[in-house]
Amino acid sequence: MNTDTAGSPEAKGPDELPDIEDSDVEKAAQETPRGLPLRVLNLEKRFGGITAVDGVSFEVEEGSLTGLIGPNGAGKSTTFNCITGVHEADGGRVLFKGDDITGRKPYEIADRGLVRTFQIARELEEMTVLENLMLAPRGQIGEKLYRSVTPGLRGEVIEQETEIREEVWETLEFFEIDHLAEEYAGNLSGGQRKLLELARALMVDPDVLLLDEPFAGVNPSLEAKLLEQIHTLREEGYTFLLVEHDIDLIMENCEHIIVMHQGKLLAEGPPEEIRNNDRVIDAYLGEDI
Amino acid sequence: MSVGQRLWRAVPSSIKEDDKRLIIALLAGTYLLYAVSQVYLALMNNADVFPAVANSLQNLTFLIAVYAIMALALNLHWGYTGLFNIGIAGFMAVGVYSMSILAAPPGGSPPGFGLPVPIALIGALVITAIVGGIAALPALQLEADYLAIVTVGLSEIIRLVLNADYFSGTVTDPQSNSYNVVNLFGFKFGTGGGQGINTPTSSPASYLYGPSGDPNAIGELAYGIGVSLGVNNSVVNGFTYGMFLLLFVVTAYYVLLVRIGNSPFGRVLKAIREDELVAQSLGKDTRWVKIKVFMVGCALMGLGGILWQGSFGFVNPNTFRPIVTFYIFTALIVGGSGSNTGSVVGGAVFAAFLFEGPRQLARVVEAAMGGLLITVSGPGASLPSPNNFYVAFSTLDPLGWLGYTIGNISSLRFILLGVVLVYMMQNRSEGLLGHRKEIAASVDLSERKGNVAPTDGGETNE
Repeated sequence: MNTDTAGSPEAKGPDELPDIEDSDVEKAAQETPRGLPLRVLNLEKRFGGITAVDGVSFEVEEGSLTGLIGPNGAGKSTTFNCITGVHEADGGRVLFKGDDITGRKPYEIADRGLVRTFQIARELEEMTVLENLMLAPRGQIGEKLYRSVTPGLRGEVIEQETEIREEVWETLEFFEIDHLAEEYAGNLSGGQRKLLELARALMVDPDVLLLDEPFAGVNPSLEAKLLEQIHTLREEGYTFLLVEHDIDLIMENCEHIIVMHQGKLLAEGPPEEIRNNDRVIDAYLGEDI
Repeated sequence: MSVGQRLWRAVPSSIKEDDKRLIIALLAGTYLLYAVSQVYLALMNNADVFPAVANSLQNLTFLIAVYAIMALALNLHWGYTGLFNIGIAGFMAVGVYSMSILAAPPGGSPPGFGLPVPIALIGALVITAIVGGIAALPALQLEADYLAIVTVGLSEIIRLVLNADYFSGTVTDPQSNSYNVVNLFGFKFGTGGGQGINTPTSSPASYLYGPSGDPNAIGELAYGIGVSLGVNNSVVNGFTYGMFLLLFVVTAYYVLLVRIGNSPFGRVLKAIREDELVAQSLGKDTRWVKIKVFMVGCALMGLGGILWQGSFGFVNPNTFRPIVTFYIFTALIVGGSGSNTGSVVGGAVFAAFLFEGPRQLARVVEAAMGGLLITVSGPGASLPSPNNFYVAFSTLDPLGWLGYTIGNISSLRFILLGVVLVYMMQNRSEGLLGHRKEIAASVDLSERKGNVAPTDGGETNE
C-alpha cells in the first residue's frame, strides 16, 4: 500500500467515523498533484450491519488505466456508488481534482467531469441512440426552459445543437454504431448497449471515466473492440478506472491495479506485483492468476 | 385490431406522415360523421336540419378542444417526464377558483379582489404554478407511485377545502356567528363553498362580439349570419368560442409543447422518464428540472381549467371530482402519451367517440329503431323502456335490452371507457400515435454538415 496518507484504518474503532480533520482534507487536497485527479481516503459504507466498504483508500493517476478487482461482494460497485454520489458514504473522503466531492449529488459530480457507467447497461430505452448521446454534453444552454421556448433565444440553442450533433456523429462513428443512430436504445443488443453507454459517458467530455464492468455480457470480439477503443481514448488523455472481476483482462490491460476483498483494500500496485502478492492469491484461492 | 389496421392502411400516406394533415383529416371525418348522423336525427324528428347540426357540432368542438388542451398539458407531465400526476382536477380547480376570487367584486358575496379579468387570469396561472411547485417540493423526492398518491390526495383536499363552509365567504356580516369570510392580511375573500362561485367569463364570445344585449359590428354580422341560417345567438357564441379554443389555444399549447419537447430541456425530461439516475450521472440536475416542469404543467392545467370549466359563468367544487382526471388520462393514453400529436388526437377521439359518441349513437339507434317499429307494427309503436336492469333482462326481449341500453347510455359508457382502456393497455399500450419518434432536439439529428447520414425514415417534428 502506497497511499496510506490520512490516518491508518487500525487507529479507529469500527463504529466511529474516520477521524479526518478538515485540515487533513485541505492538506491532502493541496498535496494532490495535478497528476492525481481522483483520490479516495478511508471510504466507508455500511448497509445495516454489513460493512460493504471498510476504510478503503486509493488513487487514480491522470491518464492511467487503473483496474479495480475483487471477488463478488468485495465492495467494488459500492465503492463506485460512493465515489459518484449514488450512495452517501458513511465515512471517508473523495477528492476529485483537489476538491472534496464527498456527499455531493451525482449530477454535481458528473458536472465536474467524473462520469460513470453502470454494471447493467442503463439505456434510456425509449430514446434513440442519437438522443441518448445528445443528452450527455455538459453546459447545454438549451437545458434552460426559457431558452428552449422563447423565440428570440432559440438561435443560440440551435447553433449549439448543431455543434453537438457533429460531435455525436463523430462519436458514433468512432464506436462504429452509427448505423444504429436512429434506433431506439431499447432495441440494441447487450454489447451494443455497452458501446452506447461508453459513448454516452464520453459525450459528457469527462476527465475521469469510471466503468463498472464494461465487459460483462459482451462477446469476445466486441470485448476486443471495446478494449481497443478504451486504449485509444486513454492515449488521447482520458483517465479510466475500471471495475472488473475478470482478473486476466485487468492484468493484461491495466498498468495499475487495486484489489479489494471483503470491503477492504487488499493490495495495490502494477500487475506483476499483484500477480505475486500472497494475500491476493489467498483471496482468489483456487483461481489461476 | 385487424379492422383498425385495415382502416389505417386505407389512409393515404400523405395524411399519415404529416401531423397537421392527420389532425385535420381526423377532425373533418369526425365532423362529417356527426353532421350526417345529426341530419338523420333531425329528419327523423322533423326538426330543422341546420340548427340541429350546428348545435351538435359546437358542442363537439368545445369538448374536443378542452380535452385536447388538457391532454397536451398532461403530456408534459406524464408523457414526457413520466410524472404520474393524477391530481389534474385539483390544479384545474386552483386555476378556476383563483381567477374567480381575484376577479370577484370586493363587495360581492363571496367577496373577492375585484381585479380586471386579464390580470386575474395571469394571477391565477401564477398561483396554480406555485401550488404545483409546493406540491412538487416534497412529492418529487418520492417514487412515481407515491407522487400519484400525493397528487390525487392534494386534488381531493383542494376540492374539499373549496367545498367547506368555513372559507365560503357567503356570510359577510362580521357580527354573525356563521361569518365565514377569509381575511388574509386585510384582503377579504371567499370560495363560495358548496354553492359554487361565479366565474368572470360567463360568455367568452362577448370579448369578440360585444355584450349580448348590445353586440358590436362583428357581433351583429355573426349573429345576422346565424339568424339567416336559423341558428340562435348562444349557438353562434358557443361555436365561436369552441373554434377559438381549437384553432388558437390548442395550436398554442401544441406549439409550446413541441418547443419544450424538441429541445435540450425536453431531452432531459425524457431522460428523467426513462431513468432518472442515468440523467443525474450525466450531470443533469433532475430535481430542479422536475420542479420546473411540474410548475409549468400545472399552470397549463390551470389555464385549461379556466378555459373549460371557467367558461360557463359558474362552477362549484363538484365539477372537479377525480373522474375528470381519469377522463384526461384516458384521452392521453388513447392518443399516445409522449406524443403531442397523439395528445390532440386522443383528446378528439375521447371527446367524439368515447365521451359523446355513445350518446350520439344511442340517439341514432333509437331514432332508427323507432322508425323501423312504426313501419313494422304500425303507428304509435316505440322501443320498450324498462325501468331497471332486472325488468329489462327478465323480459328476455332483445328490444327491451336495447331500450334499456339506450335509456342508460350515459352511465353505460363508463363500461365502454373501461373496456377501451383495458383493450388499449393490453394490445396497444403506446396509444394510437405513441409509436412515433418525436425526437427531442432542436435540430434534425439525422442531418449532418457535409455528408448525408444514413436515415431510415425517422420522423422528427421540427
